[in-house]
Amino acid sequence: MRTWQFFLVSLAVALAVFFAARLYQNDYLFFAGYVVLQFIVLATAWNILGGYCGYVNFGSAAFFAIGAYTTVVMTKLPAFANRNLPPEIASFVGSITPPPIPVLIVLGGLVAGLVGLGTGYLTLRLRGVFFAIATLALAVVLQTLIVNWDFVGGSRGAYVIRPATVAWLGIGYIEYLFLVMLVLVVVSLTTARAIERSRLGYGFATIRDDELAAEASGVPTLRLKLVATTLSGAFMGMAGAPFPYYIGFLEPSSAFGLAYAVNAIAMPMIGGTTSWVGPLVGAVLLGTLQQLATVTISSAVSLLIVGLLLVFFVIIAPNGIIGWFQYFSSRKSTDLKEQPAPVKSS
Amino acid sequence: MDFPVQLFINALIAGILLGGFYAAVTVGISISFGILDIVNIAHPAFIILGSYIAYIANQRLGLDPILTSILVLPAFYYLGSLVYQVYYLSFEKRGQEALRGLAFFFGLLFVTEVALILVFGVDYRYVQAGYIDTTLRFGFFDLPLRMVVPFVVSMLMLGGLQLFLSKTFTGRAINAVAQDQLALSLMAADPIRIKRIAFAISIATASVAGALLIVIQPVEPSVGREYIGRVFAICVLGGMGSLPGTVIAALLLGIVESITSTFYGPSWAPAVAFGFLLLTLAVRPSGIMGR
Repeated sequence: MRTWQFFLVSLAVALAVFFAARLYQNDYLFFAGYVVLQFIVLATAWNILGGYCGYVNFGSAAFFAIGAYTTVVMTKLPAFANRNLPPEIASFVGSITPPPIPVLIVLGGLVAGLVGLGTGYLTLRLRGVFFAIATLALAVVLQTLIVNWDFVGGSRGAYVIRPATVAWLGIGYIEYLFLVMLVLVVVSLTTARAIERSRLGYGFATIRDDELAAEASGVPTLRLKLVATTLSGAFMGMAGAPFPYYIGFLEPSSAFGLAYAVNAIAMPMIGGTTSWVGPLVGAVLLGTLQQLATVTISSAVSLLIVGLLLVFFVIIAPNGIIGWFQYFSSRKSTDLKEQPAPVKSS
Repeated sequence: MDFPVQLFINALIAGILLGGFYAAVTVGISISFGILDIVNIAHPAFIILGSYIAYIANQRLGLDPILTSILVLPAFYYLGSLVYQVYYLSFEKRGQEALRGLAFFFGLLFVTEVALILVFGVDYRYVQAGYIDTTLRFGFFDLPLRMVVPFVVSMLMLGGLQLFLSKTFTGRAINAVAQDQLALSLMAADPIRIKRIAFAISIATASVAGALLIVIQPVEPSVGREYIGRVFAICVLGGMGSLPGTVIAALLLGIVESITSTFYGPSWAPAVAFGFLLLTLAVRPSGIMGR
């Protein structure tokens, strides 16, 4: 399947999911479903760097929060302009901010992508381990910055008022957020799949398998790694951008929650890291499981389950659920693998 | 405005004492990450575990936290060798330590933290001991025993470890195992066993560091995360596995952090460690005492 065909097919699937969900007339379904979708994007984004290149990012929460706080900044701008700028400029600022959600997503993605590029540039020239450690520390430091930044509410947090409905679509706002997230899922999955089958993806795979050999054969490893960190960071930021509207009240400790970092790693690891299907499967399974466990037991227990599953899977099933399937139907999967992947001339 | 000398000297002393404590927190990472090349990011979680054990013993039995930590050293030692055994069989032997090994330790970090939250909640816990509320005063500067005792214990521990690593056969074997496993096995030492011992020792230090932590400040399960940036910054700056380097780097970070929080406010202190780490990685990745 070509990339655009895949995009159209998955878009159709996404719309079918949306209308099927609407049949239920139950807002909770959208609230829970939104979280699962958000995790699909996060897991796919993590996998672009972690699964394809083999570089571990522990700071998913930081990139997610960058996206979320970009949105908060945008929603705070009109009031800020009214107070500090001449009226003409203020009314202009007020008319363009806060922009609609799709624009916010692009903005969040841009900022998070830049931070990803910067972090990668500083640490990726060294051994991969240092990148992992730097991302861990990055989360702590960005949280420190946000806590000290009064404009976005500091440690008190910030309110973002969610409109009740979306007039031009005639649907409730949570349904709108769900729809936006569905589209984002389609975009991220299409991107991940396209990367897998392009020269870029093969370059990533050489880095994962043997970086030294790749470097020696002329693969521009540093540049490829920077592309991967930027893309991965950008998608995480995009996943975070609509979050303030979803949650209504954003505070640093919820935006930087370790749950995002753990889920972003656990979902691809449990699903399988070598293809775009893995993060999707992992995120749907784990996300749904967590929603169920949060409702029936408690959110702490649901996180404990994720952590235990992560440890269990990396020890017992290194290639995830997808790896199991390939193992049990090995003949079929080798047939699939031997199909020549279409090489795009980009 | 003239320079506040007294404030500065007090901040300097506080920084040195804090740095001594950081050395105790980092020494485990210096051994596991610096010498053995095992990226044990779960180390701070083991430290917090040590803090809670000291807390329980202090609450239930009224034991001194530092005494408790020395009593439970063997338990931490065996916990460490168990973790290494799992790590070795699952990742090192298969050559998968880069991606999955890291995820494994991250999972351990997370599971420990969430389990502690489930058992103890997110309230801050503290211990009681005679020296915690006492402060010695010399002229204009203060020496709170709450900081002095951890500093002394930490220096004793590092001194002992340095002697062990440089004088005994096992200690030298630990230093050698990272460089040349084959040569080590020709010396009739099993590299895996040596690594297991070294990793177990690194986890054992977490018990003492945990007790020192809860003496210095109240502890809640997620405090450990703040230390991840610090310990790796110190370890890298100190030259990966050199204990004297670790002490120097820890003192340096302690002093800089203490001065930052005295003059700019404590909420900026965590950013210092990250700046330190990035600067070190960018300018001198081999650290102060790097070989």
